[in-house]
Amino acid sequence: MTGPSLMDSLFQRSIDDLIKALRLTPPGTEAAFVAKAIEEIRREIRSTDPHTKASALQKLTYLHSLHGLDMSWAAFHSVELSSAAAHSHKRTAYLSAALSFNPATTDVILLLTHQLRKDLSSPNVHDVSLALSTLSSICNSDLARDLTPELFTLLSSSKVTVRKKAIATVLRVFEQYPDAVRVCFKRVVENLENSDMGILSAVVGLFCELTENEPRSYLPLAPEFYKILVDCKNNWVLIKVLKIFAKLAPLEPRLGKRVVEPICEIMKTMGAKSLVFECVRTILTSLSEYDSAVKLAVNKVREFLSEDDPNLKYLGLQALAIVAQKDILAVVENKDLVVKALSDSDVNIRFEALRLVMCMVSEDNVMEICRILISHALKSDPEFCNEILGFILLTCGRNYYEVVFDFDWYVLFLGEMARVPHCQKGDEIATQLIDIGMRVKDARSQLVNVTRELVIDPALLGNPFMHAVLSAAAWVSGEYIKLSRNPFEIIEALLQPRTSLLSPSVRAIYIHSAFKVLMFCVYSYLKLNGEESSLPSTLTDSELVSDVELDDHNMIVTNGQAPSASSITHHLTQESLLALVNLVEINLGPLAGSNEVEVLERSTNVLGLIKLIKPMLLGSLNDCEGDQTKGELKASETVKMIFDSCSEDLGPVSVNAQEKVPIPDGLVLKENLDDLEEICGDIKLPVLTSFSLVRPQFAETSNSAECQGKDESELSTGSTSLLAEHRKRHGLYYLSPGNTVTTSNDYPPAHDPKDMAIDEDEDLAKLTEKSLLTGKKPSQSKPRPVVVRFDDGEVTNAATNRTEIKAGLISGAVNEVLLGDEATTSSSSRRKPPKSRRAAEDSNVSITEYKSDASKIDQSEHSKAGLGGSKHNGHGKERRRRSSGKDKEHDRKDKHKSDSAAYGKHRSRHRADKAVEAQAPVIPDFLL
Amino acid sequence: MIRGVIVMNDQGNPRLIKFYEFQPPEKQQELVRSIYRILCSRAENVSNFVKADSLLGPNVRLVYKTFSTLYFVFIFDKSENELAMMDLMQVFVETLNKCFREVCELHVVFNFYKIHMILDEIILGGQVLETSSEEVANAVDAISRLEKNANSMIPSFSGWHR
Repeated sequence: MTGPSLMDSLFQRSIDDLIKALRLTPPGTEAAFVAKAIEEIRREIRSTDPHTKASALQKLTYLHSLHGLDMSWAAFHSVELSSAAAHSHKRTAYLSAALSFNPATTDVILLLTHQLRKDLSSPNVHDVSLALSTLSSICNSDLARDLTPELFTLLSSSKVTVRKKAIATVLRVFEQYPDAVRVCFKRVVENLENSDMGILSAVVGLFCELTENEPRSYLPLAPEFYKILVDCKNNWVLIKVLKIFAKLAPLEPRLGKRVVEPICEIMKTMGAKSLVFECVRTILTSLSEYDSAVKLAVNKVREFLSEDDPNLKYLGLQALAIVAQKDILAVVENKDLVVKALSDSDVNIRFEALRLVMCMVSEDNVMEICRILISHALKSDPEFCNEILGFILLTCGRNYYEVVFDFDWYVLFLGEMARVPHCQKGDEIATQLIDIGMRVKDARSQLVNVTRELVIDPALLGNPFMHAVLSAAAWVSGEYIKLSRNPFEIIEALLQPRTSLLSPSVRAIYIHSAFKVLMFCVYSYLKLNGEESSLPSTLTDSELVSDVELDDHNMIVTNGQAPSASSITHHLTQESLLALVNLVEINLGPLAGSNEVEVLERSTNVLGLIKLIKPMLLGSLNDCEGDQTKGELKASETVKMIFDSCSEDLGPVSVNAQEKVPIPDGLVLKENLDDLEEICGDIKLPVLTSFSLVRPQFAETSNSAECQGKDESELSTGSTSLLAEHRKRHGLYYLSPGNTVTTSNDYPPAHDPKDMAIDEDEDLAKLTEKSLLTGKKPSQSKPRPVVVRFDDGEVTNAATNRTEIKAGLISGAVNEVLLGDEATTSSSSRRKPPKSRRAAEDSNVSITEYKSDASKIDQSEHSKAGLGGSKHNGHGKERRRRSSGKDKEHDRKDKHKSDSAAYGKHRSRHRADKAVEAQAPVIPDFLL
Repeated sequence: MIRGVIVMNDQGNPRLIKFYEFQPPEKQQELVRSIYRILCSRAENVSNFVKADSLLGPNVRLVYKTFSTLYFVFIFDKSENELAMMDLMQVFVETLNKCFREVCELHVVFNFYKIHMILDEIILGGQVLETSSEEVANAVDAISRLEKNANSMIPSFSGWHR
């Protein structure tokens, strides 16, 4: 690359030329064009001619700002040009610096210090303005420290423009270099009494930002702010003052009492909507204990909501959301408008309205609200429709269905939601269907009705979003089949041809549910027969009998509820059962060749079972002979076993349950299983997992284990032999029958009071006492069903305590200035207010040492960054260093300081030796 | 505090990007793209606020307004009043109108420097400085005059070449 020649200067493209050429560039070739332009700029920018240089820098800045090009390499050129005599060149240089310098990493910023100082002291207003605006953009701790004296001078400049710009710049300087507060703060405060609106607006704006962190430090200024609030008529200033009071009022109750009236006055008399809204927000957030004011504010909100302007409507809803946290009645009063907003054309408004509506939900109105919402969901666009459904599911499911009293209704409603055309919340609905099934016993019969509707409808199978719901429905149908009116119908639905549209995993659930239904039918048939022909009593051990009775009871209950439902027994003839078995066999036969493992496994299971029971059915049909009776006995025994295993009540499982399972003695979890691979060869995980799913109860009697083994062996005889070998080697099962039966099965059997008592000892399960207590509504005719829940922290609702990042340094210095000032002026005998002298900078600290610290603060002071950790480091270091260099005077003043919020943390060791003084009132009494 | 001001056209091309806290250029471009995606999906006559939590962090709000082919976007945090920001945007556009007479997109395209100059008179370091378009226009005129005079008084090399 050659240096810039005369030709370059002569034929240099101006920024306008560049923009024009860029606009004419055909799309797609821009990158090449820009690359070429950059090359030109690189040449031109090295020119000694300031005009050429400025032009090049202009072009570069343009490309950087709007096309995202890197210009960090040109930082030095910006610095160089900033000393140009012509104001326009200076402006170019400073703008490029402001747009491209990174205060944290651009190291040439320091070279700008001298030029900035010169310009800040320039007699030319525009030079000063330019320097101030640049300083506020690129300010780092070094710049802030070095330029504080100049800024101090400018804070009392006679030129309004300069003074207000200086005030605005002060914010950045304080952030970067808190010690500047000590120098400048008094002058800043003096400006609070300025009559010029520009200056007042700037200084109030500055305080609005400063009070964002540690508002307590600024309480002594309350009288000044109060005066502005009462006297000032400028909307911009008033808005900022209101924002300040919103932060100060909660800290000092007497202050709230004092300002609430003027604020209401402003709200009533001023026309500007922005100001009125700010009043409303201030009252609702910070003065909510003044009922009349809140009432007034809510009335204003109502006005906003009734306006046509969507912005006012939106803000009105947001204001209501603030009230909702404290006073839900105010929202309920405006229910009509909120509900109307649900059908607004603006998605923002709809969303806010939805949030509010969900705030209003309680036990009493949940049904009504859900009805309204679903009608809205049906007519809105897919996105919002799902938003609504999601909100309903979230609200109703919150805290174990806290707001749901009538589960029959809710279960029906879930089914309705699943059928909403745009519904994509299948997963959530499915989870709740299963969850309610497990937790709420009383809801099961209705649940079975709902899921029957879902499973039976062939149209739903075509909708992929429904598959999750369908899988849950299929599971529920199978699990609670004894509550069903017509198992035959269910099994037909589970095997309908369109199930081929389902994904393999869902289909596997369908088949497994069909398996359970089939088991149920066969078992019922056997039981019926048993009653008629009085089966040999050897089959029934005592436990089974009790189970049977229980089931019997259940069936009778359901049958009693619906007279036609006695069809279970009605249908159960040998022929019908055989037809059913054939149906299953025909439908599942082809699936035995499926290449989906889950489907294959499940269907093989069912087919294996059929193989087992079919001879029995045929046998009894053909009026059996001796040995066949024997086979039948054995088969019926098996059926009973399997049925019992299926009919065991599944309870909800706590998310923490796994941790609670104690590791059985002798089970080595960390043993190297490498040699297992040799034994297993290429058969791996699937087999192992399928085995570990075996219910522990099965292993209790060797007999049933054999049956199970038989069942399994249909699936893969090879793998079991390998497993057997493995077991022999280790001498134990994965879930040894002895200990793990009790431990791994530790979840509370959902509704067994006996077991509850035992489980309460273990503190695993507890009924919702709370929901029962709150459910004492006289209007409710029936009691709320029991919802099983755990109190072992199943829901991790640990409120994430965000570490608050606070500008302790600034507020510390502010405290010092304000309160030190007051101490000298006020002659009252009042105890001296809290004071933070610690922040005083010591003179004997070398500059270099300071720099390293300051850069840390620089990082931490950025409120945007989540650098909580490094911030604390910075603070700690700063504190330590400073305290080490404290002089005597400061020591003396230390005696007077008391704790001031978080600031005190860093100084705890200093005040350990003296009693903690109570916080003295920081606002002069004459105000309050 | 105002976090940033963006002007872009209805094709999503940025015409002015100014952030009051340093943002790397890639981040700026990305923000412009994401904001454009949100804005162009919004119908007319709807509210001018956009939730920007996902883009810019919590409590950061965004207000926009369409003027012919341009989107004006102000990004700000909770120390600013939403409606006041709309007013400020109006002040900005009015000032542009005063400085360029019937401002259109081309003015904004070709006056990169002047637009920044105007904005700097209204907002400094994220703080609102001036809310009267009259005052801003006067200040900008004064600067332009100064630059012209300075250029004629101190002839630079290139001036001499030409």
